[in-house]
Amino acid sequence: MTAASTRFILICSGKGGVGKTTLTANLGIALARQGARTAVLDADFGLRNLDLLLGLENRIVFTAQEVLAGSCRLEQALVKHKQEPNLALLPAGNPRMLEWLTPEDMQKIAQVVGEQFDYVLIDAPAGIEGGFRNAMAAANEAIVVTTPEVSAVRDADRVIGLLNSEGMKPIQLVLNRVRPRMMANQEMLAVDDVTDILALPLLGLVLEDEQVIVSTNRGEPLTLNGTQSPAARAYANVARRLLGEDVALIDPSKERRGLRAKIGRLMNTKIF
Amino acid sequence: MTLRDVINKLLGRQANSACTARQRLQLVLAHDRSDLNPELLERMRREILEVVSRYVEIDLEEGDVSLATEDRVTALVANLPIRRTLPIVEPAPATAPDPLEV
Repeated sequence: MTAASTRFILICSGKGGVGKTTLTANLGIALARQGARTAVLDADFGLRNLDLLLGLENRIVFTAQEVLAGSCRLEQALVKHKQEPNLALLPAGNPRMLEWLTPEDMQKIAQVVGEQFDYVLIDAPAGIEGGFRNAMAAANEAIVVTTPEVSAVRDADRVIGLLNSEGMKPIQLVLNRVRPRMMANQEMLAVDDVTDILALPLLGLVLEDEQVIVSTNRGEPLTLNGTQSPAARAYANVARRLLGEDVALIDPSKERRGLRAKIGRLMNTKIF
Repeated sequence: MTLRDVINKLLGRQANSACTARQRLQLVLAHDRSDLNPELLERMRREILEVVSRYVEIDLEEGDVSLATEDRVTALVANLPIRRTLPIVEPAPATAPDPLEV
């Protein structure tokens, strides 16, 4: 495998707290479990959290910064996941040194990492400033994460505008934290509303799931141990779609069972 | 219209918030994407109305110039109901020399 066939995927959202890092961690594990050699690159070096979600926070010694400076080898900076040896984490830098990184540095890091991996997932920082542009420079395709809320969709739109102007292709959408009951009651933007407004193909749909919080508490992504919670399934499906498998998207309106759900569906049928 | 909409209307309830969210987003994104601030849009609207009203009498109350966006393309949409066409007054011959004589 050469760097030429490596996929460099930016995971971004504009708004913070919509689930970028959770998606990166889960997707990284899920791809690795499918046999793809995967590196996750934490480009948010000011406020890094990817190490925490992967349970690797105590094992970081070096960062990409030292690799670039030549003070350590790449193998020393890459933190291999114990349970999933196909996955490695590389933090971009040290929070104490915020000024050093340029888009060219990020490109260099990604290229070096790409020589050893099939997938390089780049976890972008929130916002659309320098840190985001650095992260963008290292990628050749993007996944935009958003939630069905006006602020998240608006910020995603800004990010998509920037990605488009850089000629990034493909750009795909993951809609996170979907609440089927609220959607059924039309108290939450519908899936179609979001995909129509942002005009992006949907790569995944993740239901709101308490297990996500439990898994971050433990530092064990949901995709790690094959639990069957709704979000775990959704993340695993995103990975399979990335690998080219044709996996159907879930229908939020069918996720609810029972009489109330039936009445809800009846209420939402178009009558004229 | 769905059964839910009918019941909401009969009971005088507010429209569902998802619908409000969609409309607000479409408007704000049209502005974000075009990078036109409301003041500039208002100035453009006045000038467009001024030009159009030289040729036709338009209903200023009903007239509307706004931004709409679909598939990431922003369009300037003018909806100007025409009351009647005005007799066209040819502009006075310009002082520029006749191109044939040059």
